[in-house]
Amino acid sequence: MAEVAVAAKSTYQGQMHLLQKEMMGRYFERMTRAAEQGDGKAVYMLISGNPVELIQAFDLIPVYPEIDALQLAAKKSALPFILKAEELGYSMDNCAYVKADVGLFLGDRKTPFATIPLPSLILCNYVGCNVYLQWFEHLAEYCNGQLYNLDIPFLRDPSGQPSPEDITYVVRQLEEVIEICEKLTGKKLDYARLKQIVSRSSETGEMWSRIKGLTKNIPSPFDAYFDSVTMMAPLYCLRGTEDGVRFFETALKEMEEKVKMGTGPLPEERFRFIIEGPPPWPYLRTFRDMFAKWGAVAVASTYSTVGGLWEFGFRHDANHPLESIAQHMLQWNVTNRNFLQRYQQIRRYVEEWHADALVIHSVKSCRLFSAGQGDMREYFTKELNVPTLLVESDLEDPRYFSEAQLKNRIDAFFESLEHKKMVRAGAEAGGAA
Amino acid sequence: MTTVENLISRYRESLEDAPLQIAADYKQQHPHQKLVGCYPVYTPVELIHASGMLPVGVIGAGNRLEIAHADSRFQSFVCSIVKSTLELGLTDKLNFLDGIVFHSICDPARNLGSVFKRNFPNLMVEYIHFPQNMTSTHTLDYLVAEYRRLAASYEQLSGKKITDEALQNSIALYNEQRRLLRELYAIRRETPQNLSTVECYVLTRIGTLLPPDEHIAILREALPQLHRRDEKPKDRIKVVLEGSFCEQPPIELLDGLESAGCYILDDDILTGWRWFTDDIPVDNDPLRNLADAYLNQSVYSGVKHDTREPKSKHLIDKFKETGAAAVLILAAKFCEPALFDYALYKRALEKESIPHLCLEFEEKMWIFDKARTEVETFVESMLFD
Ligand code: SF4
Ligand code: SF4
Repeated sequence: MAEVAVAAKSTYQGQMHLLQKEMMGRYFERMTRAAEQGDGKAVYMLISGNPVELIQAFDLIPVYPEIDALQLAAKKSALPFILKAEELGYSMDNCAYVKADVGLFLGDRKTPFATIPLPSLILCNYVGCNVYLQWFEHLAEYCNGQLYNLDIPFLRDPSGQPSPEDITYVVRQLEEVIEICEKLTGKKLDYARLKQIVSRSSETGEMWSRIKGLTKNIPSPFDAYFDSVTMMAPLYCLRGTEDGVRFFETALKEMEEKVKMGTGPLPEERFRFIIEGPPPWPYLRTFRDMFAKWGAVAVASTYSTVGGLWEFGFRHDANHPLESIAQHMLQWNVTNRNFLQRYQQIRRYVEEWHADALVIHSVKSCRLFSAGQGDMREYFTKELNVPTLLVESDLEDPRYFSEAQLKNRIDAFFESLEHKKMVRAGAEAGGAA
Repeated sequence: MTTVENLISRYRESLEDAPLQIAADYKQQHPHQKLVGCYPVYTPVELIHASGMLPVGVIGAGNRLEIAHADSRFQSFVCSIVKSTLELGLTDKLNFLDGIVFHSICDPARNLGSVFKRNFPNLMVEYIHFPQNMTSTHTLDYLVAEYRRLAASYEQLSGKKITDEALQNSIALYNEQRRLLRELYAIRRETPQNLSTVECYVLTRIGTLLPPDEHIAILREALPQLHRRDEKPKDRIKVVLEGSFCEQPPIELLDGLESAGCYILDDDILTGWRWFTDDIPVDNDPLRNLADAYLNQSVYSGVKHDTREPKSKHLIDKFKETGAAAVLILAAKFCEPALFDYALYKRALEKESIPHLCLEFEEKMWIFDKARTEVETFVESMLFD
């Protein structure tokens, strides 16, 4: 038994991560082939509530400029592209994802991970983020490409639900997208195939949701922020494919084993926190270590629900493929839900995932996430009494990461949490005596 | 009879001091009248008006309000108007409103709507999702449904049904207001020496704060006087101004820009209160007409993304139609829609060899020397080229 446990532990990094590397490698190769040999057509899309199922059904290649931008940042090669965009007139204060991507797009589109193909269709799934509209408007102008704004009405009703008219509007637009894709590929949509893809998305959603439920365990088997990002790329790029299903089967099995063995990402789990906001890609490791040092594990994160929110029960429905794609885009992702719905999402995380604290990582680039996070802090500290830390940096631009300052703030926060814990433990011990 | 000069200077002072005071005073004189604030850029004000309430432009707090609370809710990298609007609320300066409406212009404004909901439970906070797909044949139906939803909400707040007749009357009234504003702007285009940007701004801005019939009466009195003016043109360059569609530049800044040596022939300031290029038809289904006007008759702006024609083409058309010599981009600091637009504008303007200058401003700014100097240098370079 002991031997098995040791083996499982030592191959942990191997399984899920290796599979992810291999599959994403294939995905990037496919992009490169399209770019360099004209093999396949690319559809540009955005992550938030993406309708990747439709694109897969036409064998088109989903390309997410956000993923390209974050890869550049993670590989510490974004800054020259950002600077190039700023030379062209983009402001210091514009979202740096866009700037990095524009800088890349206007060059030879070669990156350390892939050559990015030009788009055959620029599909702006406007799900929440207003910057999306301008980002794709700009790309379309730069390459004189075909642009379709797939307009997703924001959740604004007090019920927190889309109206029947919202759903009809989105379904009708999806039908228009299908027509465009049919023209692009010269093929009629194979409806049975779409249903099969949507059914795989449903399976994927089920497994992803179970994976996320596992972090309710103490200790949490993985970090729901820093490790979730490994699972997010397959969720967006491979959802609906066989590879996608296989990846999540592997990941789920692996995480369940970790729960059984009672192991987590750190030698000891001392604090459980919820984290809100996108990660600082250029300094992910450094940032992670600032929490690891305190034995702090993220047990849930809003960022991992940008592309879709499955842990509260949503599943795609193969019997109603377009309606369920519409539901996913309208309601089941964090970006199209209003700010107060995000408060409630976090509140559920704090309560149901048994967290000690909330950390808000406020990034300058992404005002969709950050604008108003001071009010969020107010709500959690004053109304709910949840210890909350707000720190600022950026998700793409390395110039906005101040290591010493972040470290001081995080240390001070966990020091005080630790102090509170000790006082409480002391009181409890005293009370029992 | 008050002269137009007296009128403008009286209102200018009030606008500089506290831009919402005119509406707050109105409420005090009409305590039973309900008022609904409209955050920029656009609002279908006709719907509010037809339910018997007064739509009021909540378009920032000017530069005399100290931001003491709102900056702990919204970070340093968020534009001024978001913070000043929240500050107004947190310091009880919006208590004269019964409701407020935000819409999908940008991410900070959208989140502000939610923050308002949480912090001011007594205020009815509405949110409009304006469609950004201008090409789908289904968009109009969507927007009609959205306006119906909104209408129902305003009927509830006012306790009054919105009949077709009432809506037709409101549309006709605002058509008249917009027509007079177009006349006002025509004076600036044709004889900018006869109407300064600030005068034009004051006459337009009060229309966001007074009942439309009162504003119409003011404009009817002012316009003939303005038409009679016969000033000698100064040696200034003619420009069009772009980028101030939401947060408003301080009045002193507008003054400064002109006296630094230019005539601003056209601008997009307060664009949401004159957002239709023509009258909206009143017959048949007025609500549908109103929705259709957004899709097919409304002016372009940094927050409306119409894939049918590039935005920069609109700007260049405007430039050519007015006969301006240069473009002045005046964007609010941290305003992503305006700052993103600038990248495309710059490219298009350079392609057409149209001289331009880009400046950033903040509603709360006090010192204008730098902006003035930049404009002066720009003007000099153009005059002595
Ligand atoms: S603002 Fe945020 S969601 Fe929008 S493109 Fe930038 S990083 Fe993405
Ligand atoms: S000034 Fe710009 S960023 Fe600020 S609320 Fe208005 S549109 Fe949004």
